[in-house]
Amino acid sequence: MLRFELNGRPIEVADTSPNTTLLEWLRASRPASEGRGDRLTGTKEGCAEGDCGACTVVILDDRAPGGARYRSVNSCLLLLPMVHGRRLFTVEGIGTTRNPHPVQTAMVDALGSQCGYCTPGFVMSLFEATYRDDLDDDWKVDDQLCGNLCRCTGYRPIRDAAKSVAGSCPDDIFRAALEAPSTVAESLDYSGAGERFVAPTTLEAATRLLAEKPEARLICGATDLGLDVTKKHVRFPLLLSTEHISELQGITEDDFGFSIGAAVTLTDLEDWSAHSLPMLHRMLRYFGARQIKHRGTIGGNLCNASPIGDIAPVLLALDARMLISSEAGTRSVPIADFYLAYRSTALGEGELLSRVEIPRPPANTRTGAYKVSRRRELDISAVSAGMLVELDTEGTITRARLGFGGMAATPQRASATEAALVGQPWNEATAKAAGVHLDADFSPMTDHRGTDWYRRTVARNLLVGFAGETRERNFVPLPFGHAGTVVEETR
Amino acid sequence: MSASEHRSPLHQSRSHESALLHVTGAAHYVDDLPEPPGLLHCHIVASDIAHGRLLKVDVERARQVPGVHAVLTSTDVPGDNNIGPIQHDEPLFAEGTVRFAGHAIALVVGDSIAACRKAADLVVVLAEPLHPILSIEEALAKGSFHLDPHVIARGDLVGAFAAAHLVVEAEVASGGQDHFYLETHAAMAVPSDDGALHIYSSTQHPTEIQKMAAHVLGVGAHRIVCSVPRVGGGFGGKESQASNYGAFVALASHVTGRPTKLRLNREEDMAWTGKRHPFLSQYRAAFDKDGRILGFEVTITSDGGFVTDLSGPVLDRALFHLDNAYFIPATKFLGRVAHTNLPSNTAFRGFGGPQGIVVVEDAMERAAHRLGLPPEELRRRNYYGPEPRNTAPYGQLISDPRVSAMHDRLVDEAELEIRRAEIEAYNAGSRFNKRGIGLQPLKFGISFTKSLLNQAGSLVLVYADGTVQLNHGGTEMGQGLHTKMQAVAADALGVGIDDVRVMHTATDKVPNTSPTAASSGSDLNGAAVADACATIRGRMEPIARKVLGVENEAPLTWVDGRVVGPDLESCTFAEVANRCWVEQVSLSSTGYYRTPGIAYDHAKGRGTPFFYFAYGVAITEVEVCGLTGEARMRRVDILHDVGSSLVPSIDIGQIEGGFIQGIGWLTDEEVLFWEDGRARTVGPSTYKVPSIGDVPIDFRVQMLDRAPQPGVIGGSKAVGEPPFMLAISVLSALKDAIKAYGENEVELAIPATPEAILRAVEAQRAE
Ligand SMILES: Cc1cc2nc3c(=O)[nH]c(=O)nc-3n(C[C@H](O)[C@H](O)[C@H](O)COP(=O)(O)OP(=O)(O)OC[C@H]3O[C@@H](n4cnc5c(N)ncnc54)[C@H](O)[C@@H]3O)c2cc1C
Ligand code: FES
Ligand code: FES
Repeated sequence: MLRFELNGRPIEVADTSPNTTLLEWLRASRPASEGRGDRLTGTKEGCAEGDCGACTVVILDDRAPGGARYRSVNSCLLLLPMVHGRRLFTVEGIGTTRNPHPVQTAMVDALGSQCGYCTPGFVMSLFEATYRDDLDDDWKVDDQLCGNLCRCTGYRPIRDAAKSVAGSCPDDIFRAALEAPSTVAESLDYSGAGERFVAPTTLEAATRLLAEKPEARLICGATDLGLDVTKKHVRFPLLLSTEHISELQGITEDDFGFSIGAAVTLTDLEDWSAHSLPMLHRMLRYFGARQIKHRGTIGGNLCNASPIGDIAPVLLALDARMLISSEAGTRSVPIADFYLAYRSTALGEGELLSRVEIPRPPANTRTGAYKVSRRRELDISAVSAGMLVELDTEGTITRARLGFGGMAATPQRASATEAALVGQPWNEATAKAAGVHLDADFSPMTDHRGTDWYRRTVARNLLVGFAGETRERNFVPLPFGHAGTVVEETR
Repeated sequence: MSASEHRSPLHQSRSHESALLHVTGAAHYVDDLPEPPGLLHCHIVASDIAHGRLLKVDVERARQVPGVHAVLTSTDVPGDNNIGPIQHDEPLFAEGTVRFAGHAIALVVGDSIAACRKAADLVVVLAEPLHPILSIEEALAKGSFHLDPHVIARGDLVGAFAAAHLVVEAEVASGGQDHFYLETHAAMAVPSDDGALHIYSSTQHPTEIQKMAAHVLGVGAHRIVCSVPRVGGGFGGKESQASNYGAFVALASHVTGRPTKLRLNREEDMAWTGKRHPFLSQYRAAFDKDGRILGFEVTITSDGGFVTDLSGPVLDRALFHLDNAYFIPATKFLGRVAHTNLPSNTAFRGFGGPQGIVVVEDAMERAAHRLGLPPEELRRRNYYGPEPRNTAPYGQLISDPRVSAMHDRLVDEAELEIRRAEIEAYNAGSRFNKRGIGLQPLKFGISFTKSLLNQAGSLVLVYADGTVQLNHGGTEMGQGLHTKMQAVAADALGVGIDDVRVMHTATDKVPNTSPTAASSGSDLNGAAVADACATIRGRMEPIARKVLGVENEAPLTWVDGRVVGPDLESCTFAEVANRCWVEQVSLSSTGYYRTPGIAYDHAKGRGTPFFYFAYGVAITEVEVCGLTGEARMRRVDILHDVGSSLVPSIDIGQIEGGFIQGIGWLTDEEVLFWEDGRARTVGPSTYKVPSIGDVPIDFRVQMLDRAPQPGVIGGSKAVGEPPFMLAISVLSALKDAIKAYGENEVELAIPATPEAILRAVEAQRAE
């Protein structure tokens, strides 16, 4: 039995397939016994692939570091068992035509809706914004909303509405809910319509199940795997969720480096990395959108093994190690050896990724992270890169690490180019000369995200840009409103 | 301004009429309507090859799947299987041949989508593949066309080129564009006790749904009602192309006797429905030494797809806009529609206008470069003006060209000169990133190019308590038409806005409507609404005088729910309405309007296709990253002519939204197909419409004030489409920025994706 709270009402669901998305469930006719009325059609489907935000709903995340927060999520990519034990809000639950929520009023006043189809999704993203206290910059307002597409308004009025409510945190029942005592994750073993969804809370329970049933499909945020359900209409007979495994949570730091749990969400990773690992933070700045980052995890990103996954290039540059666990114990594999071939990893039967370890970069390094895509926000990379050079006191390169995505069948280091950099002074001329070797390192493919010419040219140019950016400085954050992936201080 | 004008709801900003329903999730779109008991779902089985001879379609096993009620093919159509808005050349179900990847072959009707999918997998289709034509180039080579060519010519072209100081020749290709309305196509049919059907459709053209459903079923139009709760975005994509889905549910309900529903998912919608027409154009332009254009010879070819759909009028409008805002003494414009094996391209905001305008702007940019003039200066020298520079190539008089003055005003207000200097200074100090600025003028003709469509009807019902139900023929799809019509009716009757309820558009209220398209919605329907209101008020006047006890000819003021006599004696509108009922005076009326004085002779290429023109100017500043080709708009200034805006806040929304949609077409949106003709960009993960970060950081939109348009409702002007084309300013700005990397004439493809920009930048660096 699944139990959760929807718009303040307790809900119980039995014998619905665990491969049902929350969006499908909300919009479908349901028996009154589940505790809600008939179809909840305020939440819309615009794409069923996480890219338009029309299906956005909000989850109260009790377990967020630093206290409970509202999190906007795509209900089209959320499987119903994932809301077990959660408090959930849809557009119908935050206000009515007689008694609208302040974000709803703000959208009306700003003319933030035209056809209105995208509007419930925006309203829910704005709802989250209302109770956030950290939207203190223009780019953060855009970032909060970049997971919602609107084809009518041109966004300006929505931006205005957002600015008027962001951080206002009215004294209402929703604010009170944030202060209510937090719940503890409980394990779940749910079956419905002949399909099963298990969410253990210990690594031991997870690896045991994996040993017994190697066919179990691991899942965490479902922002990758969910697409198999919504687009390819796959029904997984057994899903094993890593979301609540305690050993896969949290980030720790010591003098040597960082240890990140595989189930840490990209949002938490982004917040944390802002101070501790700015290079990773810069990559996450234009990664997916708010809704995706709230659900997607570092473990899911790395294990999905997409050649255009954006975290691997950064971790390749940082010499990260992957901790792989099974019933037999835990082993550690350098990330450079983790990717074997297209979408194939060093994970064996019965194994899962438990944590990622990253050595602390020495003080005398220069780092950069780049993600180039057709559209700046919420797009998959044509090329992404993590770059690191270590310098001696003379400014000569002693070690170079260049991790690239989009250039080969797996995320991969540019070894020939790295070798060409070592022993050279760190400047644009060096980068330009070494960049020639990228052609030896990679033969990228042509697809709808870019031709091989584009990928090669961009990769070469990024290396030059990296040198240009970090010649004088260790690291450069991306400013708002800047044209490209590479920052240049004008003379 | 008099008191009554002041309190009239016209020309006042207000929120969208349904805004509160939108923001609370209460607004119903077709798929949200309460589902009638016994509802069945429909699922289309479509061709996965672009061209082939159908050898066998076997649905027997599919019919056996539990939960499946019917599997229908062309042989189940009781009426005519051929639909299509102008030519009935579109087979609803493929018959004999399949002509594009996505052509419907069968329709599965079942208890659930899941059951339908199971059955769909069991439909056996055997087809012998035929060679598909998948590009304009191939269609040109093979002479594969729809319709006859359309030619618009005037003046002495030979003389113009002989006298030219500069001749520019080039080819311009512009790409398709998916509408990407957030609500995909959806329709639901509900049979009534006598077997007649009520179709709820997400369409811009309910009459077309009614007509096509009747046509496919072989019944009279009176057996079908089509109504539209609201449309979650249309942009032209639901003008003709919703008909198929309306016809499918009509057929499914006709056969099963049950309510049926069909909703395309995003992938299906993007793969199967037509888009903005890609165009391939070649031109030759003659300029004098001052940059004045003397002659312009252009051949344009659009990709019509597998059937004609609206390709004819789209082509016409492209030809009508090859001059944009420029007077061109000698022209020869020739247009054709390529016949390919792709989805049938259709209406999209601008309707060919943007595709025509980018051609002449390409010539302007190149001429400016070669003559060493700032492009905006060259443009300025070419605007329409006083006689003799005031006739369009097709002969229409351009009686009130506003663009020149608007140009000067915006150049001044946006400080173009100062900013050019700032940009130069920035560029001098920046190696990787460069900035650029560009100006785009616009003249856009208003009226359906298919002249007979310029008519509209309304039905206004006043109740004895003074409240009003308003029916008109236009559909509400976000553009704020209902909000405007509510204001028009409230103004014309003199009642409060909240006393006017705009009803869902339905063909049993207003018959034989035109599509809500061509930016014409408020012009046509507004006049029809005002007409009905005037009739009713005419009947109410004598009664009102009786109620007020004033003499027969006494002037009355009707405003905000009150009727006021000459000596300020007053009563409520409701009192008058009730008295009318008591005295047996009719309180309802239809209204009607047709646009006067427009006609066009297609064979001669001459006439007056437009009632008037809308004007605009935009100045856009961009920054380009020379390492990656990424670009960002830094600032946009727009000055747009909407006449006297009916509801200014709504018009601002149309300008901003249209502009950003245009930016999408010109930058990141690219419709791609696989080599075998199947759609490749079938979701927002691969097809990138603008997101919030693509909106300029500094976005300044203003409307021309005190500029009423004679003869149009409230002195307003149409606004739906024109602002789209102001986005072309981004091309000028990008080229300006790219020029900063070298000396060459810039070659920039449309859409100007980061890759296209990087190619142009690298080409500058090459020499
Ligand atoms: C709209 C959208 C935008 C996106 N944008 C980006 C982007 O900009 N950059 C980018 O890189 N990605 C992007 N993604 C992809 C995705 O969001 C990320 O890869 C995300 O980090 C995946 O995490 P998850 O927890 O949701 O993975 P899931 O979908 O739950 O799982 C992904 C895969 O990893 C496996 N897996 C999960 N956890 C483990 C584990 N602990 N051990 C072993 N295997 C495991 C699963 O079996 C599955 O095969 C986007 C996706 C969407 C839908
Ligand atoms: S429906 Fe588009 S993101 Fe969920
Ligand atoms: S209002 Fe129509 S998509 Fe946003």
